[in-house]
Amino acid sequence: MAKAANIKTLKIDGRDVSARQNETILEVARENGIFIPTLCTLKGLSNVGACRLCLVEVKGTARLQPACVTRVEEAMEVTTNSERLQGYRRAILELLFTERNHVCAVCVSNGHCELQSLAQKLEITHVHFAYRYPEAEVDASHERFIVDHNRCILCTRCVRVCEEIEGAHTWDVMGRGIDAKVITDLNEPWGSSQTCTGCGKCVHVCPTGALSEKGKSVAEMLKRRQFLPYLTQMREEDRS
Amino acid sequence: MSKLRMATVWLDGCSGCHMSFLDLDERLLLIAEKVDLVYSPLVDVKEFPLDVDLTLVEGAVSSEDDLHKIRMVRERTKTLVSLGDCAVTSNVPGMRNPFPLQAIYDRAYKENVTLDPQIPGEMVPPLLAKSRPVHEFVTVDVFIPGCPPSADTIFYALSELLEGRMPELSAKTRFGA
Amino acid sequence: MSPEELDQIAETERQAQLGFKHRVNVCVAAGCVSCQSEGVKQAIEKDVARRGMGADCEVKGVGCMGLCAQGPLVSTSAGVLYQKVAIEDAPAVVESLLAGPDPRLLCKTDVPFFQAQKKIVLENCGVIDPERIEDYIAAGGYTALMRALGELTAAQVIEEVTKSGLRGRGGAGYPTGLKWSTVSKAVGERKYVICNADEGDPGAFMDRSVLESDPHRVLEGMLIAAYAVGASEGYIYVRAEYPLAIKRLRIAIRHAERFGLLGNYISASRLSFHVDLRLGAGAFVCGEETALISSIEGKRGSPRPRPPYPAQEGLFGEPTLINNVETFANIAPIIRNGGEWYAQIGTEKSKGTKVFALAGSVTNTGLVEVPMGVTLRQIVYEMGGGPPEGRQFKAVQTGGPSGGCIPADFLDMPVDYENLAKVGSIMGSGGMIVMDETSCMVDVAKFFMDFCASESCGKCVPCRVGTYHMHRILDAITERTATAQDLAQLQELCDLLKNTSLCGLGQSAPNPVLSTLRYFESEYQAHIEQHVCPAGVCGKLEEALHG
Repeated sequence: MAKAANIKTLKIDGRDVSARQNETILEVARENGIFIPTLCTLKGLSNVGACRLCLVEVKGTARLQPACVTRVEEAMEVTTNSERLQGYRRAILELLFTERNHVCAVCVSNGHCELQSLAQKLEITHVHFAYRYPEAEVDASHERFIVDHNRCILCTRCVRVCEEIEGAHTWDVMGRGIDAKVITDLNEPWGSSQTCTGCGKCVHVCPTGALSEKGKSVAEMLKRRQFLPYLTQMREEDRS
Repeated sequence: MSKLRMATVWLDGCSGCHMSFLDLDERLLLIAEKVDLVYSPLVDVKEFPLDVDLTLVEGAVSSEDDLHKIRMVRERTKTLVSLGDCAVTSNVPGMRNPFPLQAIYDRAYKENVTLDPQIPGEMVPPLLAKSRPVHEFVTVDVFIPGCPPSADTIFYALSELLEGRMPELSAKTRFGA
Repeated sequence: MSPEELDQIAETERQAQLGFKHRVNVCVAAGCVSCQSEGVKQAIEKDVARRGMGADCEVKGVGCMGLCAQGPLVSTSAGVLYQKVAIEDAPAVVESLLAGPDPRLLCKTDVPFFQAQKKIVLENCGVIDPERIEDYIAAGGYTALMRALGELTAAQVIEEVTKSGLRGRGGAGYPTGLKWSTVSKAVGERKYVICNADEGDPGAFMDRSVLESDPHRVLEGMLIAAYAVGASEGYIYVRAEYPLAIKRLRIAIRHAERFGLLGNYISASRLSFHVDLRLGAGAFVCGEETALISSIEGKRGSPRPRPPYPAQEGLFGEPTLINNVETFANIAPIIRNGGEWYAQIGTEKSKGTKVFALAGSVTNTGLVEVPMGVTLRQIVYEMGGGPPEGRQFKAVQTGGPSGGCIPADFLDMPVDYENLAKVGSIMGSGGMIVMDETSCMVDVAKFFMDFCASESCGKCVPCRVGTYHMHRILDAITERTATAQDLAQLQELCDLLKNTSLCGLGQSAPNPVLSTLRYFESEYQAHIEQHVCPAGVCGKLEEALHG
């Protein structure tokens, strides 16, 4: 096949852009400085299309498409930021705020939280759905880390990094619907997990204050993500 | 030009938002040129007056007294502003919400008290089952999140409102700011 | 197994059956089993033996005869159907073989419930013994497979299915021929055929009935599909709540393997096909194809975004064909009689027949198979006998939790995929729940929302949190504490879930709310504005508790 065939050209928000054929809309948008909000996706991990924040309009397609998993196509016309999309994104973020107890003011990740900053970016000044105020656990049994389910948004980054990068598969999800939650091993205390290597990758990919290091007080938990692109890159080089 | 009638109300909050308001410092004088503060924990008026143009509410709605107050305030106010995270999200007062009311009372008045522990009856307004944000009970016109919103944010919001404009607050503040 | 051998088996079986002067068929599908039909069968066998009629009279356990409300059902070679047969009635049933029909037990069969049916999928149900492959073969079973293997190329099989106009019976109505064609063109190390038997809609039991009554029909459909798309392995994903269906499928698979109808180089052709069962653990979402695949792979049953569709990347990343039980059950007759024959039945865009499970406020609860295009009135009134005790029909709910409530105005609408969609419902798997004036439509919507909220897998935000809020608001409406703002929020959430949820469960979860709002908005208003429930349903419990 001619090499030229591997390049696609398309329009995002009226801008002509080019892309490699296997790229997703999200990747191409980011390369071109076009912002599409996401919470579950993280470069270096598999994409699950779960948070639904990156939904975009694709001309000729009735349904909205998740930018994180939708591959580019030749002559595609993508709209990333219509009023309709903004409305849906705000509603989805608001739903997340109502789901658990996100008390930003007293959170270890205050000021460094993707949920919080995205809410600001999407101009959310209040939540118009009723808060749930569920009873959620805090598991501090691990010697170095804490999981606070009050802050979890079930993005499953921890689950994916643990399985795909660390290879431990300590984390998974249990329960259905609103009762779904992330667990360590077979819902045992993190501290007594037989599989956890204590690598801390889950803590650092977590977008909120749900996973944090012990000893951190309000607003002190800064996440370090630099390791992820390196690890993925090294693996890719290894493979090729 | 007649001055705007402004009020501030303190529901279930720590008074930090009022402190932040006071942090306007000399800018308070600029505000004072344009408004009459007709009711506030900071002034000595007992009754919330009629025909208030602008009311800032600090705090969540946590007790029957709060609920009674906010309904009256809403009736008598043109523009109601939720000031700070407690009013906007219920924030820290809402942290009791996952627990049953009885457990809250027991914790506050029995478990932590050594001398004659008892749950007060008439003197303290009964708590609502949940502490909730103001807009879940009455219509709120402007939301200023932050814990507390900074003096700059408050000054910006007031300046805009006094000019008859809607402030763009997400550029200035956020939950937990 | 060659076609000749198959004919031989059929002939032997037919001869053996002709050897009996009398026959008593006792329904042993789950509905009748639940009212002791197995005891009835034993009692009849005992009575036959007592009379020394063992050589003359065959007592056969058969599948579902349809009128489940009147079970246990027993039919005899004298051409009569008996209803509500108790163990004590066994002598009377046997006696009637000689003395003529017993009017006391007689179930009228010259009524529309039976006469208006057109049986293709259910042709063997209530006729053959589901636990004997010979009986299926005697009824013409596996001849379609032989025809496909011996006379048709894979492409020709797909052409027949395409010509038939058959559409997926699991819910969405995707053209079956097109799906098969896509899988056949897909490239992979190996291909899979999956039968989706995770029937989960409340009130729907068509698939269960087919599996319990005629399991080989499903296997034959899968085999033909495997031949058409080039698959070598198959799975039947059946919910663990269907123990009888599982038992009979296991027997059927074992028999088919023993007869060389499953295994390597079937009938000396290039087709090798093995089938295995996978039991679902009761998650509704596993009826969604990508969640089902994930569950078979041993992972948590939650859906993933499509594309890639299973036809390209399905089970273990390989091209996979997934069809529902009823879809597979239609295949053998289509191959036997040709696609054109099938396409003559039904409406322009919805061909063939559809099995409906009639339930709720309807006199004749049970299964009916009718040509596409009959009206709701024919199904609910003529066949179903309408609501019992002179109650007033209010709506019929079709399509389960993803469907909608259709009011009386549309009773004369011909039932097909397009028309149901037009009025805000869906065909779904074929559940039909009839409601009368004693049903509160808000309460009905709440019931389905409760179902969706507890069956949401929790993966995507709109479905996980949105269904919770929708149920909360519906609950407040039925408690008569909701406001107009709550109603507006409910509508906002309907739109959000429909357009942003990851899979069909979340996208269609608002349907019961949307359709009841569309046709019964006044009931919502009555709850909200006047704080009353017009049907007198909401608040009944509190009154009962507090006097």
